[in-house]
Amino acid sequence: MGIYKRLSISQKQIVWAWGLLAIPIVFYVVVRFYPTANAILLSFQEWNLLGSRNWTGFDNYVKLFSDPTFWKVFGNTFLYLILGTPSSLLLAFVIAFHLDKLRFMHGTIRALYFLPFMTSAVAMAWVWRWFYQPVPIGVFNNTLATFGIPQIPFLNSTTFALPSILAPAIWAGLGFQVIIFMAGLRAIPQTYYEAARIDGISAWETLTEITIPLLKPTIVFLVVFSSIGFLRIFDQVFNMTTNDPGGPLNSTKPLVLMIYDTAFNSFDMGYAAAQTVVLFTVLLVVSLLQLRVMRDK
Amino acid sequence: MKQLKKWMLGATTAACAMYAAGSAQAVEIEYWQYFFEPRVKAMETLIENFEKANPDITVKMTHFPYADYRTKVAAAIPAGQGPDVVQLFYGWLNDYVNAQLIQPLPNDVFPPAEIEAEFFPMVQAMKRGDQYMALPTAVRSLALFYNKRLFDKAGIDGPPKTLDELVETAKKLTQKDGAGNLSTVGITTGMNAQDHHWFREVLIRQFGGDPYMDNYKKVNYNTDAGKAALKYYSDLEFTHKVTAAGFMDEPQAAFKAGRAGMHIDGSFRIGALNKVRGLKWGVAELPAAADGTHSNYSSYWVNGITSKATDEKYDAAVKFMKYVTSDEAMQVWLDTVGELPAKPSAAMTEANANHEVYGPFIKGLGYAKTTIFANESGQRQALMDMVGRMRLEDQSVDDSLAQAAGEEQKILDDYYN
Repeated sequence: MGIYKRLSISQKQIVWAWGLLAIPIVFYVVVRFYPTANAILLSFQEWNLLGSRNWTGFDNYVKLFSDPTFWKVFGNTFLYLILGTPSSLLLAFVIAFHLDKLRFMHGTIRALYFLPFMTSAVAMAWVWRWFYQPVPIGVFNNTLATFGIPQIPFLNSTTFALPSILAPAIWAGLGFQVIIFMAGLRAIPQTYYEAARIDGISAWETLTEITIPLLKPTIVFLVVFSSIGFLRIFDQVFNMTTNDPGGPLNSTKPLVLMIYDTAFNSFDMGYAAAQTVVLFTVLLVVSLLQLRVMRDK
Repeated sequence: MKQLKKWMLGATTAACAMYAAGSAQAVEIEYWQYFFEPRVKAMETLIENFEKANPDITVKMTHFPYADYRTKVAAAIPAGQGPDVVQLFYGWLNDYVNAQLIQPLPNDVFPPAEIEAEFFPMVQAMKRGDQYMALPTAVRSLALFYNKRLFDKAGIDGPPKTLDELVETAKKLTQKDGAGNLSTVGITTGMNAQDHHWFREVLIRQFGGDPYMDNYKKVNYNTDAGKAALKYYSDLEFTHKVTAAGFMDEPQAAFKAGRAGMHIDGSFRIGALNKVRGLKWGVAELPAAADGTHSNYSSYWVNGITSKATDEKYDAAVKFMKYVTSDEAMQVWLDTVGELPAKPSAAMTEANANHEVYGPFIKGLGYAKTTIFANESGQRQALMDMVGRMRLEDQSVDDSLAQAAGEEQKILDDYYN
């Protein structure tokens, strides 16, 4: 106590600042950094959760890169990203752009778009899973059958399954993206639009020359944010394919599901950790690349 | 003052002595299983009976949701914090034995010769060296569930007795709507459910094969018998068109909804089907091969003593193990959970063997085999993909079977080497 009393006011302020800052720092070190470091360590070991952890060097990585399933899953993960991010952003922008101009029932419509974002991903995945079922229980296929159109094997096909799973994931994230886009649109000063109108600029040029360039920070944020989301997709796939996890024939399996399967079905913790390290690296590289490409010059 | 001090010292010593005596008298052991209401209820009854007979022992039961159970047990036991007696799926035992987390059952209380004489033969998978590591209270087997209403409607008098009859019966039960889409399947299909067991241990054997060699370390079904079995199985869907994968999402859901004439499932399904109102169902033994060969698959949960139990706790755990593997405990388990007793002496009582629901399952136990899995979900996936490739990529029976055998062998090699 004596030492504290002898401190000057500014020194006391520093002590307090560090004291308070220490709480989140300790928290992060214990629940984030320590496990992360441990996972990286574990990726060079072999462990079934029960016995001792044995060093295996790069065996897990060698096994991973020579595993055809891994490359298939790696491809799927990027397919989720490449299909998901542009289509969800485009959709969200179109909706936000028009919703922004709408007065009639503006709040209600906005709420309707936001609702799926608040719904539990698990519940939604199961509802969509049932929508996609073949006759006699699936809504989509029952409708098709009523009109005499052949059924579409949504989840039972290597071609349709991935887009079918992606659709509810895009729909669920749409509300959030619409809200962010609208905030971005509102932040653009009206004076630019007024000036454009006085100069007689066309609507298309207004969009491409004013709106989109000024939305760039918003777009960068959403691209990074939704890319990470699609690269980490799990809930929808896991819940919509419980009968054949990541199937049929691994056509929908993302990296996170493979990690889960390796860790909690095969109990091959070292191998799962190696996959996690790869996912971590991919996320890091993709995020850094996007930030770099879209950075303001 | 001195007097008081002396008195206090005396009182403290007496209290300590009494406490020590008390703790020596009452041993508490901890028991873990996963949560499934009837199982928990049955265990409560068993614990109550056991504590009445052994007033110096108390048993504390803890249960977890099934989804977390395996991970929780695997995290707790190595940390020395878990149960003294634990319920494990038979397929997990290897890992626990290798990590020395399970203690062998003492030979004087559980003589191997006696176990082999008393229990159904598939329990021998629990033996390591000349000692048993764990024992089940109850076992499960497969049978053919059939929908009595659909049978009556199609004018079929009874469940099929042979594999050929099964195909004919399924054809009669199948219904299609105007567009040609299946509205009722003759029999459910799906390697993801119990069919992979039916294929492995039943169909392959019935077509004259032996699915594995070298104590389940070597895949042995890429043979003529395996091909015949896969052809029979896949013909149901692709040639006879009496079923479709993914129909009503899950095989058991289709049967529950009355949209499937027949369904192969385990005895653990009985409880769920009993709750379905308006469903009239029956059970029959799995159909025999043309030459009369029967086979079945049995799985079970075992109880074992963990390395945490020492001294008096170990003795108490042994006593508890002895009780939960007694005929009395098995009957309680059958009556409460509907799972079959692990000993013929308890299972084959007249009432049980002739029971219209339990009977066919109990008969199946007599000739059931238990697959020793290295990684059940991985090995199941190999068979799911086998049929998936035929459905989605038009792969031939021979190629698909060969590929599946290769994939499964790789899982086994990775595990055992």
